[in-house]
Amino acid sequence: MTSGGVLRRMGRSEAASGLAMISPTASYAILLLAAPLALIFIYSFLTDGYLEIIRTFTFANYLEAWTNELYRVVMLRSLMVALTVTAVTVLLAFPVAYFVSFHVDPSRKSLWLFLITIPFWTSYLIRVFLWKVILGYNGVVNSGLLGLGIISEPLQWINYNVGAVVVTLAHAYAPFAILPIFVALEKIDRSLLEAGQDLGESRFMTFLRVTLPLAMPGVIAAVLIVFIPTIGDFVTPQLVGGPEGRMVANLIQLQYLKLDNYPLGSAIAVSAMVIVTVVSLFFLYLNRRYLRGPES
Amino acid sequence: MTAKPTMIEFRDVQKYYGDYHALRGINASIRAGEFFSLLGPSGCGKTTLLRTIAGFEEISSGVILIDGKDASTIPANKRPTNMVFQSYAIFPHLTVEENVGFGLRRAGLDKAEMARRVGDALAMVGLTGFGKRAAHALSGGQRQRVALARALILKPKVLLLDEPLSALDKKMREQMQMELIKLQRQVGITFILVTHDQEEALVMSDRIAVMFEGRIVQLDDPETLYRRPKTRQVADFIGTMNFLPATVLSDTPEGCEVEVAGLGRCRIAADQAPPGGNGQETTVGFRPETLTILYDGQAATVRETPGTVEEVVYYGDMTYYDVKLDGVSAAVRLSMRNVPGRPVLDIGTRARVAWSPDALVLFR
Amino acid sequence: MRGGWFKVYALVYLVFLYAPIILLPMFAFNDATVIAFPLSGFSTKWFAALADDPPLHDAVRNSLIIAVTTAILSTTLAVFAARASTRYRFPGKAGLMGLIMLPLVLPEIIVAVSLLSILLMVGIELSILTVILGHVLICTPFCIAILSSAFQSLDRSLEEAAYDLGETSFSTFRLIILPLVMPGIISSLLISFTISLDEFIIAFFLAGTQATLPVYIFSQFRFPQAVPVIMALGTILVCLSVLLLSIAEFFRRRGLARSGTKDTGGFL
Repeated sequence: MTSGGVLRRMGRSEAASGLAMISPTASYAILLLAAPLALIFIYSFLTDGYLEIIRTFTFANYLEAWTNELYRVVMLRSLMVALTVTAVTVLLAFPVAYFVSFHVDPSRKSLWLFLITIPFWTSYLIRVFLWKVILGYNGVVNSGLLGLGIISEPLQWINYNVGAVVVTLAHAYAPFAILPIFVALEKIDRSLLEAGQDLGESRFMTFLRVTLPLAMPGVIAAVLIVFIPTIGDFVTPQLVGGPEGRMVANLIQLQYLKLDNYPLGSAIAVSAMVIVTVVSLFFLYLNRRYLRGPES
Repeated sequence: MTAKPTMIEFRDVQKYYGDYHALRGINASIRAGEFFSLLGPSGCGKTTLLRTIAGFEEISSGVILIDGKDASTIPANKRPTNMVFQSYAIFPHLTVEENVGFGLRRAGLDKAEMARRVGDALAMVGLTGFGKRAAHALSGGQRQRVALARALILKPKVLLLDEPLSALDKKMREQMQMELIKLQRQVGITFILVTHDQEEALVMSDRIAVMFEGRIVQLDDPETLYRRPKTRQVADFIGTMNFLPATVLSDTPEGCEVEVAGLGRCRIAADQAPPGGNGQETTVGFRPETLTILYDGQAATVRETPGTVEEVVYYGDMTYYDVKLDGVSAAVRLSMRNVPGRPVLDIGTRARVAWSPDALVLFR
Repeated sequence: MRGGWFKVYALVYLVFLYAPIILLPMFAFNDATVIAFPLSGFSTKWFAALADDPPLHDAVRNSLIIAVTTAILSTTLAVFAARASTRYRFPGKAGLMGLIMLPLVLPEIIVAVSLLSILLMVGIELSILTVILGHVLICTPFCIAILSSAFQSLDRSLEEAAYDLGETSFSTFRLIILPLVMPGIISSLLISFTISLDEFIIAFFLAGTQATLPVYIFSQFRFPQAVPVIMALGTILVCLSVLLLSIAEFFRRRGLARSGTKDTGGFL
């Protein structure tokens, strides 16, 4: 027996065991994720006929999705809302993550994280609905302010608009942003910070020159983890957004369930995926640049 | 020592990981009942070799015989070998007792017999009364003992120990070394120890295989290994050795005549000088403790060479001196026991250094 | 005091996180149909109304069936994937794992419409079953994340030790690996159960006529008079989530204690 033969046999046996082990899960994902995604990709190039899909290749759906004022506005709005929510959420979350990582006694960190995560696991639908109740025309804010005599008639600008969508989403995804930043901060060797101060930097400059760069991967993870689901969110714009607050998910739902236009719906869905991917890759690229430093 | 039968035999064992050649033709026999060590720097293949005996690594070619049987036909769980892992691999969800008795599950023993065997094993490693403890509540030394008891309870023919003492502190390590030696004598089976600590290997082993880059470069008992290392690499790895350039003047079956820089012309016995040609530029090595500084009134028993003290390192019981011998550019290190009447010398002191050709080893 | 202003900020932040949830019980026990301050009086009638609402009961039953099935299926699939990815090297591993984990970074609406498209094309009728298919897809990545760290923290030599002591690969898995990853399996079951129970958009697209609890709640939002009942329902749901989470956290910590590793905190 040659050594190469044994080697090939062993290589095959480990690879075979691994593939056998992963095959149930992988088959599931191929059948119910890869295939469906491929299908809507194909749909997006087909033509919509009434109650059926006509098998002629066309770019018309993409042309419609990207040039029709109505769709373009909604897609741009989704992007803007998602970016705003992401920025607000991450900026508000960073100090909390910093506090828990650097100022909370190690034995109580779990408790803090637990407290922060609980709202995330409580019914999303109910939480969004609560914001509708809080911000609504007869809602908690308005009735409270009226009762106190601060305003004489209900404020209308606090509900059914983009602002309400941003507030609601920022609240919904807050724990998502805190956890990755916290994990990145936890990994920082505390003696690096002492070294920073030992080398003559102030606390603040040490933060800027040591802590922040090292926490960057966590910040980028937080950005992605907030950005991706918010841009595709359906419930919040539907409940608190009003006509002016509709986002791309509402558009897709409209095409699929109300207008039954699968090709156009698919084209919008694929476009949304492309936007998500491009923005995500941009953030990942930023992260890499940031980590490698300016010289290379 | 009477010749004991062979327990493990390697015949041209090769192991590749992809392109990496981890074991490059291992040939060796390990005798029944000996305490055998595989010694070498990290990455030399010693752990891989140990794991081929256990059956955790398949060899790419060659043959391993365990007690005369081809090991490739026996899966790891059927081999008459048991292992003490570097991390100890104590099952964290089981008690000490359950850990030690783990291997007996398949023996089909009744409860009383099982308890007796576990009790005996625990007593053997000095852990009587610890049986009900949770595994994670043990100290490093106790985990080590549990791992030993667990491996020995199956009465293997060979016990494999993968760097078992590396996680312990110095005091504990020295204590466990002694206990392992006693334990090995008591049970009388073959122990094969993997270690990168040359002192540990010297203290514990009957024989040591020194490995570099996938090869066994020397296999000898500790004393031979220390006194007559075959290569500079081995000499450097085990203890400290001074090297001086030398020229071979004549080479005979009884030994050779060499001219050593700083020491002059002398004769080295054949068993300390492998055969080679005349006029060859080579190296001569000697251990620090074979040199002595002569104090006033002392005379050299064999030879003496003058020099200047360049560095003094005081160790309590010993003092190490770096002495530049006249006519040599680099200093040699020598060690002196600190006894009354022998003051520690200052840097710059002129000194007479006594040495003997018997202590010299010639490297080709 | 440690942290100073940071602590004040963090506490204000917690108030922001919890403010809407605190309103839930306030209005659930409030004796008025309109959700507004000031509160008018204590009442449990909204909770009583829950008991007398057959469509709600159907929705709860559907959701429970879906969540339990999803938890079991996705945890099972995740055990395979987590074990394969932490223990074996094989060709195409990165690609396959990437595909399996993709739902984590895919807006759920995309998963929903693509599944809807293929199910309709193949001609499978929408029901509880189709919702389960979708939920397993999105829960599996979370389960893998939990189980991978459980498998990862297993010392490889524990398996070897069991094998060395005479056990077979299968009995090693049963006697050593399974007990050690059991806490991970339990928290994986609980987390996927919670995600499935709460998931709206996929159920909204794939449930057909068999509404799940979130789909039912969503449909009730249109009726102002149903709001206090929803508040009562929300109160119960929040209590249940907190209970489930506490159990999950308990098992996670026990798992850490068993494997002897340090607590790095939190889910995900």
